[in-house]
Amino acid sequence: MGKNLAEKILQRYCSEEIKKPGQIVPCRVSLVLANDITAPLAIDSFRKMGATKVFDTAKIALVCDHFTPNKDIASAEQVKKVRLFAREMGIVHYFEGGNSGVEHALLPELGLVGPGDVVIGADSHTCTYGGLGAFATGMGSTDIAAAMALGETWFKVPETIRVNIHGDLGRYTTAKDLILNLIGRIKVDGALYKAIEFSGPILERLDTEARMTMANMAIEAGGKAGLFPSDQITVEYCREHGRKEADLLKSDDDAAYALNLDMDVSGMAPQVACPHLPDNVHSVEDLEEIRVDQVVLGSCTNGRISDLREAAQIIRNNKVDQNVRFIVIPATPGIYSQALEEGLLEIFMRAGAVIGPPTCGPCLGGHMGILAAGEKCLATTNRNFKGRMGSLESEVYLGSPYVAAATAVAGRIIHPERL
Amino acid sequence: MHFQGKANKVGDHIDTDAIIPARCLVTTDPFELGQNCMAGLETDWIKRVSPGDLMVAGKNFGCGSSREHAPIAILGAGIPAVIAHSFARIFYRNGFNMGLVLLELGEKVEQISDGDRLEVKALEGEIFNHSTGATIHSLPVPEFMAEILARGGLINYVREKVG
Repeated sequence: MGKNLAEKILQRYCSEEIKKPGQIVPCRVSLVLANDITAPLAIDSFRKMGATKVFDTAKIALVCDHFTPNKDIASAEQVKKVRLFAREMGIVHYFEGGNSGVEHALLPELGLVGPGDVVIGADSHTCTYGGLGAFATGMGSTDIAAAMALGETWFKVPETIRVNIHGDLGRYTTAKDLILNLIGRIKVDGALYKAIEFSGPILERLDTEARMTMANMAIEAGGKAGLFPSDQITVEYCREHGRKEADLLKSDDDAAYALNLDMDVSGMAPQVACPHLPDNVHSVEDLEEIRVDQVVLGSCTNGRISDLREAAQIIRNNKVDQNVRFIVIPATPGIYSQALEEGLLEIFMRAGAVIGPPTCGPCLGGHMGILAAGEKCLATTNRNFKGRMGSLESEVYLGSPYVAAATAVAGRIIHPERL
Repeated sequence: MHFQGKANKVGDHIDTDAIIPARCLVTTDPFELGQNCMAGLETDWIKRVSPGDLMVAGKNFGCGSSREHAPIAILGAGIPAVIAHSFARIFYRNGFNMGLVLLELGEKVEQISDGDRLEVKALEGEIFNHSTGATIHSLPVPEFMAEILARGGLINYVREKVG
């Protein structure tokens, strides 16, 4: 029996033979990640474990991105704790201030993750790197602390759902719409404990940023990982981002899957997830009377340069509705300066948008765009749980950069082609 | 590991933003986190709970973020165990790592109503419902997880390896 992608990648870092799903195996890791919310707990656990040094100073990334620029004294204290730990341990990849951005946009951009890697992070959207062909998954701070000390962790080999995606993508239908549609079908626990492997002819139409958008939201279906095979598109991305080695990886022809799903995306309109779960997904046309108070473009799901370019296409020569706050957050300093160079930020500003510094900020209701009771927001982010972006009486709708930009202009949710 | 307490029922897909909202994540203090346990579900939810009470949930409990603050907040609120139809993966791992007892019941969770008096034998996976007289068995805890739990959490488990 051949191996699927998850089994194949795990085997590269595991000394035991991987035979079947459900098997619990020890596994080495290529990178361990934590952020300004989760690292402080990991540091406490690391000390309590009696550890005095990390397993490899170049294989740990500490990214201060959630409440940064520090929103209050308490968050400043947390970042200070992470900074002092990074200095004490000699952590090479410590990010704060002008070199920091949203972790899952930042690390791929810097070539710190790549195909065939096993990455664990104290952040549930660590699964983003599956877009590059890495087995990457979120864990809690104490699991991360153990890996920082030992350089290894344990996994239950997951079952895999393979999704075969084919058909013609509409003018305004994007990777975000594909993943929202999939979550709408299989629901928020449809991939619980499982990996999702994306396959099919559509892959040729998806660049690495689009793939990361899809892998990113695997967790929204309960998934342990969202995996793309690595191909020439991946190799090219790695080369452009300073990573010399990039293996080509795909599942074996006779690999086993828990479930095979078929998705024909021809004729699919842009998709929107309504409050209060990411699986409450509808076609944008069905929601066009809903007025919004805020639109957020950004996050580890859709804050990359391709997302900003798509939104700018819509915003160009338009004005943001006077009743809408349109908040644009380039996910990293690199994306910010690229957008500046391309004139995208000027387009957004002239239209009346607010441009924020790279941060997770509003996505998790941290800061820089919190909602009052009764307010509605359409965001390109990944979660719309009750109270996620502020008041328990506020509402978040999830959509693509095209839909976000069109909604900012119209003041209500709208299909971009009807603007 | 033997607990007795009142069941506090919550619904399906209780996410970690409901268990402990992000605005509360500026501390790692268990008591402080415990004061805000379930604040993202309902303001002052904690006021209905007495220390030693148990939480009983539906499907996919703990979905969403990886924040370990979630099991810490539940423990901080004085709740030693969560009984659910099913758990989200990261939360399940975090719970055991923190020493929070998690018992998975599947459909049998319907045999527990809000306010029922429960007696739980954690390692045996046995729940006696004093309010109905029924004994309910949970799905078996994976051996590896039981070992972590028996040592009081992952920190102790790793300390032996590091030492």
